[in-house]
Amino acid sequence: MANLTLVQAINLALVQEMEKDDRVLILGEDVGLNGGVFRVTDGLFKRFGGDRIVDTPLAESGIIGTSIGLAMAGLRPVPEIQFEGFLGPAYDQICSHAARMRTRTRGAFTVPLTIRVPVGGGIHAPELHSDSPEAIYAHQPGLKVVMPASPYDAKGLLISAIRDPDPVIFFEPKRIYRAFREEVPEDEYTVPIGKARVVCEGDDLTIVSWGASVVQCMQAIERSSASIELIDMRTIYPFDIDAVEESVSKTGRCVIVHEAPRTCGFGAEIATQIMERCFLQLEAPVQRVAGFDTIMPYYKLENDYLPDADRIELAIQEIGAY
Amino acid sequence: MPITKVLEAQIDHVSILDEHGNFDESLGKGLIPDEDLIKLYGHMVICRLLDEVAFKLQRSGRMGTYPQNMGQEAPSLGAAYALETTDWMVTCYRENCGLFWRGLPMEKILQHWMGDERGNDIPRELHATPIAVPIGTQMLHATGLAWAAKYRGEKRVACTFFGDGATSEGDFHEAMNFAANLDIPVVFFCQNNQWAISVPGKIQCSAPTVAQRGFAYGMDCLRCDGNDIFAVVHCMNKAIASGRDNKRPTFIEAVTYRLGDHTTADDARRYRDAEEVELWKARDPITRIKAFMKSRKIWDDSKQAELEEHADEAVSAAVKRAEGIEAPNKEDFFNWMYAELPEQLVVQRDTMRTSSIGQDPSQIESPQASQQS
Repeated sequence: MANLTLVQAINLALVQEMEKDDRVLILGEDVGLNGGVFRVTDGLFKRFGGDRIVDTPLAESGIIGTSIGLAMAGLRPVPEIQFEGFLGPAYDQICSHAARMRTRTRGAFTVPLTIRVPVGGGIHAPELHSDSPEAIYAHQPGLKVVMPASPYDAKGLLISAIRDPDPVIFFEPKRIYRAFREEVPEDEYTVPIGKARVVCEGDDLTIVSWGASVVQCMQAIERSSASIELIDMRTIYPFDIDAVEESVSKTGRCVIVHEAPRTCGFGAEIATQIMERCFLQLEAPVQRVAGFDTIMPYYKLENDYLPDADRIELAIQEIGAY
Repeated sequence: MPITKVLEAQIDHVSILDEHGNFDESLGKGLIPDEDLIKLYGHMVICRLLDEVAFKLQRSGRMGTYPQNMGQEAPSLGAAYALETTDWMVTCYRENCGLFWRGLPMEKILQHWMGDERGNDIPRELHATPIAVPIGTQMLHATGLAWAAKYRGEKRVACTFFGDGATSEGDFHEAMNFAANLDIPVVFFCQNNQWAISVPGKIQCSAPTVAQRGFAYGMDCLRCDGNDIFAVVHCMNKAIASGRDNKRPTFIEAVTYRLGDHTTADDARRYRDAEEVELWKARDPITRIKAFMKSRKIWDDSKQAELEEHADEAVSAAVKRAEGIEAPNKEDFFNWMYAELPEQLVVQRDTMRTSSIGQDPSQIESPQASQQS
């Protein structure tokens, strides 16, 4: 056991998978000697050399497109895109090729690819460095979309992603890269993709969240006198609706919290499925606390955009009084 | 000296057998043995016939939209002939002739355009990727495939095909840049057929050649008469050697012409002159080989008649096989989405006809049970 940050936990997962499987290689901008802009790949270049930790030209579509070819040839590439705002140039490769390859070739070609992407706001970054596009990729059939909220889950989920036979977008909430430490086993372990985690149990209300927002949810829960159950989805697609159903059936009330814009955010899908599955158990409408339907503001106003403990607390009160 | 020359560029255009029957012995002698030339010619005749039959299948409602390959048989065939079967062929959709030479059954291509994904289920040993529909994206996959070969210490190269229009796409440039800077053995093979649907080549590239685009990335560039299979093989041999031995990519511009419409949904008469088409019909890659072989006394009318009979049989059999394939299983579009189908998709699949929202509550209870039934 070691007390690790989320960045360290991801670094450990990468090291262990690379030692175990020489099909795994890392490519991206500045991932080599520099160790990545967030230092997630720190030390890997020295340890594994330039053939396995590859600094590429500055071209996101090129990084993902060549990774697709590497994966089609049977390797396990783990490309890094520096910020979620730069996923756009690679969108065509991700959605037109990676997501479709298995089904359009009826399994003749597959793309076992893990795209690591720092995600979300809250670190006073420049524009296009703070978005939350997870719902866009969850809406693309053929992909898996993962977003851990703790060091332990980050390591276990990343190992699962690298070993997964299908393309995975692995979103890393940059706000909690170094926000706290957690005991993380040295030994390898996996956290299954598609399973949520009950962070804390409660009877009065369920909060469903993922990524860095889980921390804000915890703050709000600590302030509240109500008995609140917090579910960290961990995976956006495929998502663990059974865990949500079980909790909401018990509490009858649900607040969904995410950083991404509210309209067509992934909370909308969860709310709909709650209605389909536990309509008769609901004591109140499902409430969303989300980013607004605006462009993410520059960092002077980012805390006004991001859901915080105050807004979550307000939702808890509104729904509790319903 | 305040101004010094830092780069001098030269592009060679290679022509070995031209449309008038002139044959350059110095480059062409021994390049393609007679027995191979006969086979290549026969293959092109079969492919041309398949292309004509495919057009008729579309017109008679037996096949969906189809992009004719007519007139562009030599580029991909010459490339496939020069490559080893362990080298990757990463194509778009006007490389039927090369893919069939590699061993792809003709009915696979028909099946693709008949709206059946199983046409893309290409046997792994052929080292050919399925038709790439979005323009100019597949060159990056070729670069990744060749990169994987280099990573594993294999001698494999990847040859990727695209048209002149694709050289305007960003991914084309990214692929060239990756391959050149990371020493990845890719042959970038541009079939410059002069037209991207209705837009002429000069809108894609105002430089005198498309080939010189490779110079910007520091790779060798070659240009050839794409309707001259000898010239194509000559250029490919050079490019393959450079890739195998030095891990260097090469850019080849094969100048050819799309004799047909862009697809069966297009009518090229709206935007190009009949005279231009006639000019290029005279440069047909197939007729010039036939004339050449006759002049060499290795071909005659009786062999031609025999070949045409064989082509009829081969194409009819391919169409019969394509049309005779059993209908796809309606669950297949679910079943191939992931290695392991997520529970939500199992429910959607199993209730697709029994619940208006695809999620009949009773079936949600035990999706595994309904999966088994």
